[in-house]
Amino acid sequence: MSFGRILAVMLRQYYLIRGSLARVVPLFAWAAVDMVLWGFLTRYLNTVASPGFNFVPALLGAVLLWDFFIRIMQGVTMAFFEDVWSRNFLNVFATPLLIPEYVSGLVLSSMATSVVGLVAMLLIATFWFHLSVFVYGLMVIPFLLVLFLFGIALGILGCALVLRFGPASEWFIWPIPALVSPFAGVLYPVSMLPQWMQWIANILPPSYVFEGLRKIVAGGGVSGGALVLGACLAVGYIFLAYGYFVKVYRHALRTGLIARYSAENLS
Amino acid sequence: MSASKILSVGGLRKVYGDLVAVDRISFDVNRHEIVGLLGPNGAGKTTAINMILSILDPDEGTIHIEGIDLASERSRAIQRTNFAAVYAPLPGNLTVFQNLKIFGLLYGVGNLSERLEELLKMFDLEKFRDKKYGVLSSGEQTRASLAKAMLNRPPLLLLDEPTASLDPSTAQDIRARVREFSAREAGGVLWTSHNMYEVEEICDRVLFLSHGRILLEGDPKALPAEHGKRTLEELFIAVAREPLSLEGR
Repeated sequence: MSFGRILAVMLRQYYLIRGSLARVVPLFAWAAVDMVLWGFLTRYLNTVASPGFNFVPALLGAVLLWDFFIRIMQGVTMAFFEDVWSRNFLNVFATPLLIPEYVSGLVLSSMATSVVGLVAMLLIATFWFHLSVFVYGLMVIPFLLVLFLFGIALGILGCALVLRFGPASEWFIWPIPALVSPFAGVLYPVSMLPQWMQWIANILPPSYVFEGLRKIVAGGGVSGGALVLGACLAVGYIFLAYGYFVKVYRHALRTGLIARYSAENLS
Repeated sequence: MSASKILSVGGLRKVYGDLVAVDRISFDVNRHEIVGLLGPNGAGKTTAINMILSILDPDEGTIHIEGIDLASERSRAIQRTNFAAVYAPLPGNLTVFQNLKIFGLLYGVGNLSERLEELLKMFDLEKFRDKKYGVLSSGEQTRASLAKAMLNRPPLLLLDEPTASLDPSTAQDIRARVREFSAREAGGVLWTSHNMYEVEEICDRVLFLSHGRILLEGDPKALPAEHGKRTLEELFIAVAREPLSLEGR
């Protein structure tokens, strides 16, 4: 692994973001809008629901964590899409760059860009809607970690799918978080789901985070074992997604897809 | 492998379904040598170059760059190459300087800042350093792509139609820079072009490809007469239209 080559992948993303308002604004704008929307909704719910229950840490906190997960996933895929949009695969993959270096560069770029969104969300949620992350105590660290790992896994999977099926398939990637969210129990307990959806929830790492979050808000304790299971699942998905990316890359090398990527497929 | 050999290709073959794109070709490129890879559209030139760049896996055969096996030591071997191709522009949303810096890091260029300034000067790109690559003219883009291709002083430089779409004056300028590179940096160059005048001017040796096979090889100035043709262009047309008449000569 060469740090210089990983840095090159990150530097490209930095240059692009630095020089483009259209890339800077989405880093925090949609997350901020989400915070405002859900902030007011939780305030409203606090006025109509039975007194004593605070929706801010239950719902606004959950939305903040979910948005963090989305930023991480999209941070990886956005960095990859820059190569798709600028038809840069041939140039990039004809360099000494190794796949682990390329993927590491995408992940580190995503970490850097996601922090911007996280900070914006925290500022709005804390100062406008009085959400205190201290409500979750130290558990906020494993919560963020599990979501971060799962975001990386889905980001790498998204990149692999676009590499395999061509530039137009990026439209399959954007809705992935929306497809996962009903199963992950972001806004409601997993027990509310029908049995078949609960089975799926059990293999989704975020469900362990949001179940834990609700337990804390309800005054209970979080099962460390459940969070460890969530983290292990997320790490497993990273390996699976990375393995799939490598498989797709090798397929692209065999078929000549990288050299003729803009054709989308070779038929 | 001889120390003078930069590139050694042995029995390279690539098949797409029923189409044999490259059919067991073997050739070498030596230091200070500019080798022209010629042939009609679809002859297999770009497929061969893509395999040497390791963005396409061969079905059979070996590629060694300065004696390093591309299949088993890809990153080390590729570190010794670079390329420019008309169909592989640099990202248009980055400036010339940003592109060169990023590719300099990817190729692990030492003293990068110094090298970037040297290349910007060498290719008259100083006034375009902070201009986005996408807004440059074709000639300026080609110069920037060539600067990228020479970032790591590659022992093996692959140029796929580098002067296509350039005016004759700019094309001549590009040829002069490549020749200077080959002489000064001890590099070998593999060059594809459809401009036979250009090939005759710059190439020390040419390989004619047709249907994925090397039909002819030799000095571009002597080869036409050896095959009863007046010019390299006539020979090219014969290769394109009647490859069988030249096979086995």
